[in-house]
Amino acid sequence: MPARVVVLGGGVGGTLVANLLDKSLGGDVAVTVVDPTGMHDYQPGYLYVALGEASGHWLSRDERTLLRRGVDLAIEEAVRIHPEAQTIQLRSGASIEWDYLVLATGARLMHDAIPGLSEGSFGFYSLPDAERLREELRRFTGGRLLVGVAGIPYKCPPAPVEFTMMVEEHLRKKGVRDRSEVTLLSPLNRAFTIESASTLIKPIMDERGIELATFFNVEEVDPSAHIVTSLEGEKREYDLLVLVPPHRGAQVMIDSALGDAGGWLPTDKYTLAVGDEERIFALGDATNLPISKSGSTAHFEAPVIASRIASQIRGTAPTESYGGRVMCFLETGNGKATALRFDYEHPPVPPQPNRGWHMAKWIFNRAYWETVPQGRLPEHAPGTMPKEVAR
Amino acid sequence: MSQTMTVTLDLRGLSCPLPIAKTAQAIRSMNAGEVIEALATDPGSVPDFAAWCETTGNELVEHSAVDGVYRFVIRKV
Repeated sequence: MPARVVVLGGGVGGTLVANLLDKSLGGDVAVTVVDPTGMHDYQPGYLYVALGEASGHWLSRDERTLLRRGVDLAIEEAVRIHPEAQTIQLRSGASIEWDYLVLATGARLMHDAIPGLSEGSFGFYSLPDAERLREELRRFTGGRLLVGVAGIPYKCPPAPVEFTMMVEEHLRKKGVRDRSEVTLLSPLNRAFTIESASTLIKPIMDERGIELATFFNVEEVDPSAHIVTSLEGEKREYDLLVLVPPHRGAQVMIDSALGDAGGWLPTDKYTLAVGDEERIFALGDATNLPISKSGSTAHFEAPVIASRIASQIRGTAPTESYGGRVMCFLETGNGKATALRFDYEHPPVPPQPNRGWHMAKWIFNRAYWETVPQGRLPEHAPGTMPKEVAR
Repeated sequence: MSQTMTVTLDLRGLSCPLPIAKTAQAIRSMNAGEVIEALATDPGSVPDFAAWCETTGNELVEHSAVDGVYRFVIRKV
């Protein structure tokens, strides 16, 4: 009987693990992806939707079209995981059995966790939010525009910086820049968590007249007074407020007592196994790893999990481990971008923003659907780093 | 001066900016004069905590490093 692998979540990580396992093990494995919507979203595109540079229709595809023929798709919501019984209870009342379980359930946006956030701010972390922001930007005729994060951790750490840089350019092109103030609210005393990236970004912000408000950890929003308050006690008035809402892990992880208080899964940073479980793995946004929550992280983690499960099924010693590899593009506006490539041991050394990296991001955005979920992107593609030495 | 540790925050294993964000949140709910102890393992937290205290006016009473764990004691103003 083939080994049963259940993958919860049909995003980049879950889809890639499922396809890689089916590809390498064929008839020795029966892979099922369980996803509540059956749709696969390309979230990096929301940034461009918010700025009116892309429409939403190319950002979502039927998950079935991205999975290999040998992989099953169940459009179901998991409500409880039972590690000892090796079963998952589904919303429909059915349950599903597994020999190996891959948790790729991503992160949830918790708009209601910050008082006033839903009514008083806009965002670009979901398609409906990005479309609302696009309409608001269309109406915006100048004023104080504030961009910030309302909770940590959040997905795609460079995104607020990218949005700030790009919206500044957007306002200039629209002819309302001279009537506007653009401010980035940072939880730290620099523009970005990674020091080398901050050093690169800050002069560009200065040159473009973008203000940096430091140590501004958002506490609440007063929608009627148009004031945002930080945990540090600072208050700022705004005309247009753009915030990244707080994130949590999936509810099923909290209900199944697998996740921590935030719903994030305690995951081994090298083997990607969850807790003491040998047959449960996690990747992408769902983990508690001290590393960027991003599609790129899931992309680099997926082959490690697929390989380790394949080794266990074949009865050989697992050799692959995750070295913390992440690769992020960072748009700086004016048709330029830089790239952050790093791992657990090596901080990034981002190049000066240039047109080449902007072009690379543009190409990647379009090539995504035909390459990443299928595992077709070569390991040594531009922008990726040499493979880690197996631990 | 007697120091009553009102809260100990275990921030070990977290990477920046989580330690600062969690400390800011904890201090927000404390009364002036109360003291918090924060334990972190991210080396970046050393300059971050010093700068955060300087900016917010809260007092960094002491900080030390033992076996890769950084300990910060902060008094809320």
